[in-house]
Amino acid sequence: MANLTMVQAINQALAQEMERDDRILVMGEDVGHNGGVFRVTEGLHEQFGSDRVVDTPLAESGIIGTAIGLAMAGLRPVPEIQFEGFLGPAYDQICTHAARMRLRTRAGLTVPMTIRVPVGGGIHAPELHSDSPEAIYSHNPGIKVVMPSSPYDAKGLLLSALRDPDPVIFFEPKRIYRAFREEVPEDAYTIPIGSSRLVREGSELTMVSWGATVVQCMNAIEQSGRDIELIDLRTINPMDFDPIAQSVEKTGRAVICHEAPRNCGVGAELSARIMEECFLHLEAPVQRVAGFDTIMPYYKLELDYLPDAERIGKAIAETAAY
Amino acid sequence: MTTTTMPKTDQVTTPSTAQTPLPDADTLRKWLRDMMLIREFEVRSMQAYQNKLAGGFLHVYNGQEAVAVGCIGALRPDDPVITAYRDHGHALARGMDPKVGMAELFGRIGGCAKGKGGSMHFFDAEHHMYGGHGIVGAQAPLGAGLAFATKYRDEVMGSSKNNHVTLCFMGDGAINQGAVHEAMNLAAVLSLPVIFIVENNFYAMGTAIDRSTAAAGHICDRAAGYEMESAVVDGMDVLEVYRGMKPLVDYCRETSKPVFVDMRCYRFKGHSMSDPRKYRTHDEEAKWELEDPIERLAAHLQGAGGVTAEDTKAMAKTVRQEIRAAVDWAKQSPEPPIEELYHDVYVDRWGPYTGTSVPSFMQRRSSDREQTNDA
Repeated sequence: MANLTMVQAINQALAQEMERDDRILVMGEDVGHNGGVFRVTEGLHEQFGSDRVVDTPLAESGIIGTAIGLAMAGLRPVPEIQFEGFLGPAYDQICTHAARMRLRTRAGLTVPMTIRVPVGGGIHAPELHSDSPEAIYSHNPGIKVVMPSSPYDAKGLLLSALRDPDPVIFFEPKRIYRAFREEVPEDAYTIPIGSSRLVREGSELTMVSWGATVVQCMNAIEQSGRDIELIDLRTINPMDFDPIAQSVEKTGRAVICHEAPRNCGVGAELSARIMEECFLHLEAPVQRVAGFDTIMPYYKLELDYLPDAERIGKAIAETAAY
Repeated sequence: MTTTTMPKTDQVTTPSTAQTPLPDADTLRKWLRDMMLIREFEVRSMQAYQNKLAGGFLHVYNGQEAVAVGCIGALRPDDPVITAYRDHGHALARGMDPKVGMAELFGRIGGCAKGKGGSMHFFDAEHHMYGGHGIVGAQAPLGAGLAFATKYRDEVMGSSKNNHVTLCFMGDGAINQGAVHEAMNLAAVLSLPVIFIVENNFYAMGTAIDRSTAAAGHICDRAAGYEMESAVVDGMDVLEVYRGMKPLVDYCRETSKPVFVDMRCYRFKGHSMSDPRKYRTHDEEAKWELEDPIERLAAHLQGAGGVTAEDTKAMAKTVRQEIRAAVDWAKQSPEPPIEELYHDVYVDRWGPYTGTSVPSFMQRRSSDREQTNDA
């Protein structure tokens, strides 16, 4: 066991799995010599060489398209896109090819690829470097969307993603890349994709979140002094809904918290499903605490945009008192 | 440490050099002042960034000043200009007030994008500067569109012909983006008056051009594929930039045909402020610093233009004062109020969500900050 940051945990997972499986190759802009824009791939080039840690041209559509071809031919590419905002040029390849290949070929061809993408705000970056597009990709059937909230989960989920037979977008919340450390086992272990995590047990109210916002939820819960259950979704798609339903049936109240804009966000899907499946158990309307329906603001307003303990606390108080 | 050898490259083939007279001495002095202003702006930007006065990311233009100043010097003031995220130099060369730029870096309401865009998003509609764009190469089709618009106005709407030329700048990393090729093909097919200028500083972020670009020494061959005129220009010398660009701008204006330029230059600093520059050697940097475009023009003017070393010093002093005043002004400019989160998303101030998604807590906090709350 070592005390690792999320960056170190991801780096370790990549190195271990590359050691184990020579079908895995890492590719992207400055991932080799430079060790990646957030230094997540640091040392991999030295260890595995430029055949398996490939510096690519600056061309996201080409990177993802090429990775899809590699995956269709049986390899396990791990492309990195430097910031979630740069997924734009690659969106076409992800959603018209990667997501649909299995269905289109009736499972004759598959795309076992893990796209690693730093995501979200909180590091004083401008728009296109601070966005939270998980809903956009979760809306496309055929892609799995994962977002860890801790170093331990990051390693276990990434190892699952690397072994998954389908394309996975692995969103890494940059705000908590180095924000805290956690005991992470040296040995390889997996956390199944599609499994949520019970962060904290409670009886008064259910909170659901994922990524960096889980940390904010914990702060708000501690400040509230209430007995609140917190579930970290960990995987946005496929969604592990049963534990949420069970929790809401117990508490009768739910608050959902995410960083992406509220309009058509993943919170809307969660809220609808709670209504569909837990209607007779609900004691209060489901509340969403989210980013605002605006473009991610520049840094002076960033902290106003991001859900914080104050906003989450207000939603908790209202929902609990309803 | 990785060492890279520069690819064997096409020779600089500045066209019609002999036939292109230089502008008068006053203009040359203004260019020197503009380049000094850009350099000083960048130096103070870096300081501000290190002191956490400026946030976001910062990509400075040190070393490439001659490109923006020389290219824009060959234009008419109302010709459109568009570029990527290393955009301070173009905006200043276009005439943007440095205090407005500095306030943008500081995230203040006085900034060119109300402190909501930051370093990568310098816009100045009044000076026909169309940004400032963060995604590599994504501005190239926009540049084709700007040129299309000028042509459309001339040929479909206009009573008079303006024959504008659009300059579309990009870095050498961008030439491998699909969008750039789509834009070049479209510009050639539709015969659009746009000049694609590749500011070829030999590195796509941290990757040397010969490790990321095929036929890296001959990128003009790509233009040939679209039957587009092209040239290689020395971007470290503003006089060479002007001599190279002026005939191309004239050609583009007369024929309404696109042009491609491989503008050789060097960025003295890293890709961004967090770049440790492990991918190039100190010797290489030192060699290029000898080519400093500001010193080259100063030397030329001292040799031929009747400018003394004292004049240059005085000019540098004025520029320092101007940028210091810009920093002070930007510091005084207020931070954007929280209402700004919802302004300019749509034409209506509060967007179509009025009354539903403006959270009540936000109204409370905004009234804390600012007495007026028009929600």
